[in-house]
Amino acid sequence: MEKIKELILTTVPEAVIEQKQKLTVTVTYDKLHLLAKTLKENAALPFDTLVFLIGMDRGEELGVNYLLSPSSDLSKEIVLKTGTTDRENPLLYSVTDLFETAHYNEREVFALFGIRFINNPDMRKFFLNGDWVGYPFRKDYDTNPELNPLSIESKDIIDIAPRIMEVDGKLVEEEVNIFGEDDYIINIGPQHPATHGVMHFRTSLDGEIVKKIDIHSGYIHRGIEKLSEALTYPQILHFTDRLDYLSANINRHGLCMCVEKATEIEVPERAQYIRTIMDELNRMDSHLLAWACQTNDLGATTAFIYGMREREIILDIFEKTCGGRLIINQNVIGGVMFDIYADFQKDVKAFIIYMRDKLKEYDRFFSHNVIALGRMIGIGNLSKEDTISYAVTGPAGRGSGWSCDIRKHIPYALYDKVDFKEVIRTEGDSYARYLNRLDEIEQSLHIIEQLIDNIPEGDICAKTKAIIRLPEGEFYSRVEACRGEFGVFIESRGDKFPYRLKFRSPSMALVSAMPLICKNEKLSDFIGIGGSMDYVIPDIDR
Amino acid sequence: MILNYSQPLEITNLTSWLDTTLRSSMSEFWVLLIEFVLVGVVLLAAYAVIALILIYAERKITAFFQARYGPNRVGKWGLLQSVADMIKILLKEIIKINRSDRFLFFAAPVFMIVASMLTFGAIPFGKGLNAIDFNIGVLYVTAVSSLGIIGVLLAGWSSNNKYSMIGAMRSGAQFVSYELSAGFALMTIVVLAGTMQFSTMIEGQRYCWNLFNGHISSMIAFIIYLISGHAETNRGPFDLPEAESELTAGYHTEYSGLQFGFYYLAEYLNMFIIASIATTVFLGGYMPIQVHGWDAFNGIMAMIPTYVWFFGKTAVLIFLSLWVRWSFPRLRIDQLLNLEWKYLLPINLVNIVLMVILVLTGLTLTDLFPGLF
Repeated sequence: MEKIKELILTTVPEAVIEQKQKLTVTVTYDKLHLLAKTLKENAALPFDTLVFLIGMDRGEELGVNYLLSPSSDLSKEIVLKTGTTDRENPLLYSVTDLFETAHYNEREVFALFGIRFINNPDMRKFFLNGDWVGYPFRKDYDTNPELNPLSIESKDIIDIAPRIMEVDGKLVEEEVNIFGEDDYIINIGPQHPATHGVMHFRTSLDGEIVKKIDIHSGYIHRGIEKLSEALTYPQILHFTDRLDYLSANINRHGLCMCVEKATEIEVPERAQYIRTIMDELNRMDSHLLAWACQTNDLGATTAFIYGMREREIILDIFEKTCGGRLIINQNVIGGVMFDIYADFQKDVKAFIIYMRDKLKEYDRFFSHNVIALGRMIGIGNLSKEDTISYAVTGPAGRGSGWSCDIRKHIPYALYDKVDFKEVIRTEGDSYARYLNRLDEIEQSLHIIEQLIDNIPEGDICAKTKAIIRLPEGEFYSRVEACRGEFGVFIESRGDKFPYRLKFRSPSMALVSAMPLICKNEKLSDFIGIGGSMDYVIPDIDR
Repeated sequence: MILNYSQPLEITNLTSWLDTTLRSSMSEFWVLLIEFVLVGVVLLAAYAVIALILIYAERKITAFFQARYGPNRVGKWGLLQSVADMIKILLKEIIKINRSDRFLFFAAPVFMIVASMLTFGAIPFGKGLNAIDFNIGVLYVTAVSSLGIIGVLLAGWSSNNKYSMIGAMRSGAQFVSYELSAGFALMTIVVLAGTMQFSTMIEGQRYCWNLFNGHISSMIAFIIYLISGHAETNRGPFDLPEAESELTAGYHTEYSGLQFGFYYLAEYLNMFIIASIATTVFLGGYMPIQVHGWDAFNGIMAMIPTYVWFFGKTAVLIFLSLWVRWSFPRLRIDQLLNLEWKYLLPINLVNIVLMVILVLTGLTLTDLFPGLF
């Protein structure tokens, strides 16, 4: 990392380097692109993954925080910060040409903070309508409902994207058409059985072949990050469950870890055991549902029900532990809320045996079905370079050969004590993603097997103060949720509320790669690929 | 040797009694008129009842495949569920779609139901239990059953909905392709049986079903017919026209109430029709299992009424179709067309030639073992 510091200083001598929780570099807005490019392209340790892109209203200035990691070692992290004091017409330079994942994130920042990015090819607001008045995440946002009245009129979707490009050192504002004149466009979503939620893909078709996809999102955006700015940390916990509801427990684990690290709370060992086991049960629950939905998207209804059947047993175990089934409210700051029940070990062990048997059944029933193979092998190819550029993590990222399991790279809870394999395949097609999920279920079973008999006695929750205040600073935590890397960023000003809270949504990266991998595939395969990517919409519409 | 045992359960007894009674009291014209109306009413009723039974059976069987209970609330074991559903669908509002082609939109379901009903009329349900016994029965059935596609295409076109349109286009491509295979598979058996008339064909299968008579060639034709027949009914894994995870409901997305009911009925009845034609052509139709020389056995078999044989054999084929439907994922349109044009059709053409050779050189089972079959 010392070499990286030198590299930063030789590239941008006036950069301010601070050692906070992460190595933080602050530069002026015109130097950021250069610095990011140098970091990405240096041969020794290329920082080629954009993990976080966080819009910030720092009071005086509007800015962005970037968290970069090398794709080969996600535990090395650098935070880049930049900003502009022009609140009327804030302009920053886009890094979309370096990291594709920045594209939708920058559009999100534009919608919520009003910062426009020069050289981003499509600068429409993401999540919000183009005519929304004000920028909701700014601290001086006027929440008066009369400014943005509820419209009961149908609005046409405008397929024209404004953008600002830099041509020969001059800024040019221009507008581009998303689709061609004669394109046959159909709306897949927002109400569609195979979009797995309220997602809207505007798709132009040539016969059955998908030519272009334009993603619209935000139909169920709840402004969770903004709401959190007025809530205490224990209150915010409940929001994490409502992001990716299928990995509710893991999301919550992420936020708890972030607060625990910031306030230096020691989590009792028994709680760590329970957390790890519950996370893995949650992961299996989610992968089973993902498997079921993918088979359903390919038209196999029976397989869908089989997945639900096994999932039911996990949900029963959850219910017996803490009363919840989908959203289990188990993790709290400092530990867990409920202790395990008397027969917990027995139930889980029975489930392990049962599930191994059922995995064999899935294998016989679906994994080698000739039609299923024809619908998955070689379909929706995502190369490793694109995976990293789009920051597609989770089983999908590992299906393209990118080792991106946070449990291995930055072990948390008990993941450094247990033995498990990171499932990696290099094919990058739907089938690799499909098999990855099934294999990860097996790995989860293996992890639980090692822990279930050794749960130590003791407290399940550390003593915490009645009101939890975070010290001033910026805190990050990253966990491996079911769909990929889930991240939490908190900027605290020493209060009991966060000044800014941001969640990294793994599903957003998955969806942003859809236009790339579905291009020139058949319409049916678009649905099948969607199933293999397995995105959850509330995770995107935070 | 002919079935000369008394068969008290045969419906033929009832129909011939009715016929003689009517003839004894009125003129030829009125007898025919009454009989036409009666046959029509009975067919319509049978059409609806069979559909209801099939819907119930499918839901129940599927439920057992899928570790569920299926309908179990209305009536004992949910037996009345289909009836309740039918009443519900009759009471539902027929929604008029703005900017749709009104006339075609309403005409489309009628095409669908008429085509399937015309086919339904020609099926021999039992000895003497067919509305009409054409001498070109196979040709007739193939011809009228292909009218149904007009209903699908019209529905997709007139709904003014892009999803419906894609569904209809897929359906068109699929139907035209698979009709070909189904037709050729039936032709193979026509070569073997030497007739297109259903009753003669069934009579010819008294001791040896066509499925076994033409051994290799018949087996191939049978499998091809099952695949392409299944594809013609638009059911999984060939349900692309209405692929619910892709096109919501495909060509009938915009239909509601009874119009949707027509499509729904026709779908189930088409499944039945395909199975019953396969039964008639390949599995000896309503003919009981008979073995040369086993008179006692033959007698007992013949005691079971012919319509039970017919429905029994058909039920087996329908179960097969359900089994396939609920096990396989859906094909993609190009895979579907590949299967037909690159595999089934060439195999089929060769198969017809093979059958001709078998028949001409006397290699069918009846020719090889005259005493046995």
